[in-house]
Amino acid sequence: MNKHDEKGIPHTTPRQSATFTQDVNSDIRRAAATGIYDIRGGGAKRKVPSFDDLLFMGASISRYPLEGYREKCETSVTIGGLHAENPIELDIPITIAGMSFGALSGPAKEALGRGASAAGTSTTTGDGGMTPEERGHSNKLVYQYLPSRYGMNPDDLRKADAIEIVVGQGAKPGGGGMLLGQKISDRVAHMRNLPKGIDQRSACRHPDWTGPDDLEIKILELREITGWKVPIYVKVAGARPYYDTTLAIKAGADAVVLDGMQGGTAATQDVFIEHVGQPTLAIIRPAVQALQDLGMHRKVQLILSGGIRTGADVAKAMALGADAVAIGTAALIALGDNDPKWEAEYNALGTTAGAYDDWHEGKDPAGITTQDPELMKRFDPIEGGRRLRNYLKVMTLEAQTIARACGKNHLHNLEPEDLVALTMEAAAMAKVPLAGTDWYPGKPGTGF
Amino acid sequence: MRPQPPPKRPLNMQTIDLTEVGLRETNKTLHAQSADTNQTAWEIVNPRGSHAIACGLDAPIEVTVKGSTGYYCGGMNQQATVNIHGSAGPGTGENIMSGKIVIEGDASQYLGATGHGGLIVVKGNASSRCGISMKGVNIVVQGNIGHMSAFMGQSGNLVVCGDAGDALGDSCYEARFFVRGTVKSLGADCEKKEMRPEHLEILKGLLDEAGFDADPSEFTRYGSARNLYNFDVDNAAAY
Repeated sequence: MNKHDEKGIPHTTPRQSATFTQDVNSDIRRAAATGIYDIRGGGAKRKVPSFDDLLFMGASISRYPLEGYREKCETSVTIGGLHAENPIELDIPITIAGMSFGALSGPAKEALGRGASAAGTSTTTGDGGMTPEERGHSNKLVYQYLPSRYGMNPDDLRKADAIEIVVGQGAKPGGGGMLLGQKISDRVAHMRNLPKGIDQRSACRHPDWTGPDDLEIKILELREITGWKVPIYVKVAGARPYYDTTLAIKAGADAVVLDGMQGGTAATQDVFIEHVGQPTLAIIRPAVQALQDLGMHRKVQLILSGGIRTGADVAKAMALGADAVAIGTAALIALGDNDPKWEAEYNALGTTAGAYDDWHEGKDPAGITTQDPELMKRFDPIEGGRRLRNYLKVMTLEAQTIARACGKNHLHNLEPEDLVALTMEAAAMAKVPLAGTDWYPGKPGTGF
Repeated sequence: MRPQPPPKRPLNMQTIDLTEVGLRETNKTLHAQSADTNQTAWEIVNPRGSHAIACGLDAPIEVTVKGSTGYYCGGMNQQATVNIHGSAGPGTGENIMSGKIVIEGDASQYLGATGHGGLIVVKGNASSRCGISMKGVNIVVQGNIGHMSAFMGQSGNLVVCGDAGDALGDSCYEARFFVRGTVKSLGADCEKKEMRPEHLEILKGLLDEAGFDADPSEFTRYGSARNLYNFDVDNAAAY
């Protein structure tokens, strides 16, 4: 590049706009070329305040720690004991979030079941019904009751260990899904009762109830059909966590699943994923406050999801009041999604390992988010299950390590008092002191 | 032996007073009936608009509710026949899989929502969103139906002997709609279709099954224009 013009006057340094970034410009060019908004999978990719902005303080003179590998740190959790005859007993507080058969292949669902069962936790169906692969390999299976009701049938409902009424998900609060035609294989079409190859829209609201009073009646119906045996969860997106949690409890939920904007989806508009909803860190304290205000904390369980990746995230979620967490995207990565070993193929799809999010197109090189028989062959459900089990075990060990360092003999005993925040935003959201201070924005009595 | 008084109803008719027995015990009793039960005739009295009456049935039994019902009566029904001798609340017969629900009075909104199979017969009118997201159920209404009926209907047949409200069949897939009277308006991607002999046969069968004396030739068929099956930006204005 010439540094001077023909008269010898120096050029200024080429300057990229902070507003019209290369990313933004590529979005504009894509929109101009296609006339269609960008649809993708995954959760929010933008940087938001997160659990990374919190730290545990660990033990000191005033707190004493527990010995690693010698003194016990329990991890079990019971979900749904309030109304259900048979609550769900899990060995670890990390569950597998709902992901549909259709979005995922049958073998991928099988692997989730294998891995979760080996680690002592539950899996969750999705917008497409229950497959024999998943029921057969999941010791504990949560059946999602979704607005679309694709594949919904009472026989499967009665086979479930818990029912999760899905009101919303963090990636798209207030939005439905879209499974594009290329993923509607014969089997998916049959399960969803749709013509093959069409774009399949998933409804954004339930067809037979609206609002909290109706929800209460819907929960009654589901309990009557299943004989009051299994817990009923209500899953909401991180939209208005205080009110949504309050209303879910009022409607009779046994557990509330709360999903922040980093939580993934199989497919929806990028603009939805990035601009609707709240970060996971921001939604937990209002939800816990709602539980506490109703005297229901630890009676109605709170399951937090949306960008949970490590044992540290698990420990932080639990310290802020969650009873358990759910993972989706992280589980797919453990299975092998976005693995650099497929880099050449990711490049051929115009992306790179780690950034691949066009799961709805059905071309996943890792053979996980696809219905293409040839690609599916690349994925071994037994090996995938083993990898997921390992990952869940590691997360649990990590969370235990932190809990012991804080002197806790159960992950549930972690508390906000164990935490400090690195940023003002995180301090305000988590309601824990900014590191080095005894203050957080909004702390009662501090005048802010 | 002294003569016995004549039975007031069929000998095997079991009567449950819902107010006395309670919803849980009522449904538990009905759920306990197996495929080969000989207690096939049940009567529920004093329903008083309760919700979730006779939901989740899965046996070839016939349950008659003497009065009006609340939400989700006969929800997710399999095999059973549920007669409602009154009017039916929202979501009656939601996600019905098989069997039959007969409503003597009117039906509230979301009738037969997401139903996968079976038959629902309404002798009065059905409200808005009748057959919403229907996935194989057949619904036959002697009177009129309200707005947004069969929204996103996937399969099955909706027969209306009276008139249909606004936006019939909006965003429907392969469900068929037969209306004898007027249609206030059609929803996005729903259009008038040719009534071919096979459709007349389906319609006649459904009218016969419902026990309605109506001439199939007086009906008009509607269904999906299939223009919105695959996204096209030029159709965005449809919404």
